[in-house]
Amino acid sequence: MTLPPSPSSPLSLVVQDLAAERGGRPVLAGVSFAARGGEALGVVGRNGAGKSTLLRVLAGLLRPAAGRVSLEPPEAGDPDTPVAERAHYLGHADALKPALTPRQHLAFAAALLGRGPAAGAAATPDEALERVALGHAGDLPCGYLSAGQRRRVALARLLVAVRPLWLLDEPATALDAASQAVLAGMMRRHLAGGGIVVAATHGPLGLDGWRELRLDRG
Amino acid sequence: MPALLALFRRDLALARRIGGGGTTGIVFFLCLVTVVPFAVGPDLALLARIGPAILWIAALLSTLLGLDRLFGADHEDGSLDQLRLAGTPLELVVAVKCLAHWCTTGLPLVIVSPLFGLMLALDGPALGGVAATLLVGTPALTCLGAIGAALTVSLRRGGLLLSVLVMPLAIPVLIFGVSAADAAGGGTVPFATPFLVLCGLTLLALAGTPFAAAAALRLTAE
Repeated sequence: MTLPPSPSSPLSLVVQDLAAERGGRPVLAGVSFAARGGEALGVVGRNGAGKSTLLRVLAGLLRPAAGRVSLEPPEAGDPDTPVAERAHYLGHADALKPALTPRQHLAFAAALLGRGPAAGAAATPDEALERVALGHAGDLPCGYLSAGQRRRVALARLLVAVRPLWLLDEPATALDAASQAVLAGMMRRHLAGGGIVVAATHGPLGLDGWRELRLDRG
Repeated sequence: MPALLALFRRDLALARRIGGGGTTGIVFFLCLVTVVPFAVGPDLALLARIGPAILWIAALLSTLLGLDRLFGADHEDGSLDQLRLAGTPLELVVAVKCLAHWCTTGLPLVIVSPLFGLMLALDGPALGGVAATLLVGTPALTCLGAIGAALTVSLRRGGLLLSVLVMPLAIPVLIFGVSAADAAGGGTVPFATPFLVLCGLTLLALAGTPFAAAAALRLTAE
């Protein structure tokens, strides 16, 4: 029995000897790294190197074939919380329904993903939409939005629930220069608050001092 | 708990939209019920005798019609990933989605079944029997279909395979549902005997489905 850690103790994501398979074929093997709170990690590598697979394993959506993922220290009050429930995952798909509005999506995401004592610190759907410069489109069904606007709604989801680990798969896809700057600003603010960002990327993240995790083998 | 309530309300909102499947299921039900008298002829005595069976088969088919989108839509657009990241067990997510699906497709069928039964010359007790058995039996059909929907979630055109998978499993429900509805309209078997078996089948489906469908979703996501 240990005391719950103080909220100020820094986070660290530790990945040890991770291996994963897709359809019976090994995609990742022996991946180990660590990231501390305030650190951004860019996962780079050629197409098919396993960037998306790595993020899905970290998010708990795929079972690793070997190895373990842990986010230390454990959550205060509920030390058994899995990493997946302390992480935001932004995949290739934006997870938007054409018939629902951005505001409806964000209210749903806040109810679905927000939890614990940090829930009060999250942005409201309206604040989040303002941050991604979509305040004017809050009540427009997502079917009418452009690809970049839909991406921005998906990014706003990161703000309506406070989760310390952000797992972003090509987050800048379909974003124009201004929106990429907004994304970089969101990540900087998250890092300044002691969060961790792990992003699969082909280009620069727009951050100073992000570390590179190269997945190419051989 | 707020997460489950939000999911329930979101699924109801989606079902109300065009293409959501709520009203289409009723119209399909109506089509099936109207087609049968054209096929077997205007023999009222015959229609009254096979009426409960027709209504049950129509309910089974229209339930299966809308089920391939139960998890498929969420799987394709990435919503299922978000649902799995919530701090809510996937089993409860499945249960809530089934409940919302039944409220928008199964319950309307139960409500309109007495009206459609009139078109098949059913008398009062038979109408009541069909409505009662559908009320108890359609949740079982939705649940069995949900297992099939979870198994076929990653297939683009999983609807047909879903029906092939689920139809044999639905046969016991169909047998006891129709025999209870027949018994309500007069017969040698008391109504309660097949009706209680139907209740048992539904309870079994309700208890097992969340676990079976959640396991299938976890498996197919890999």
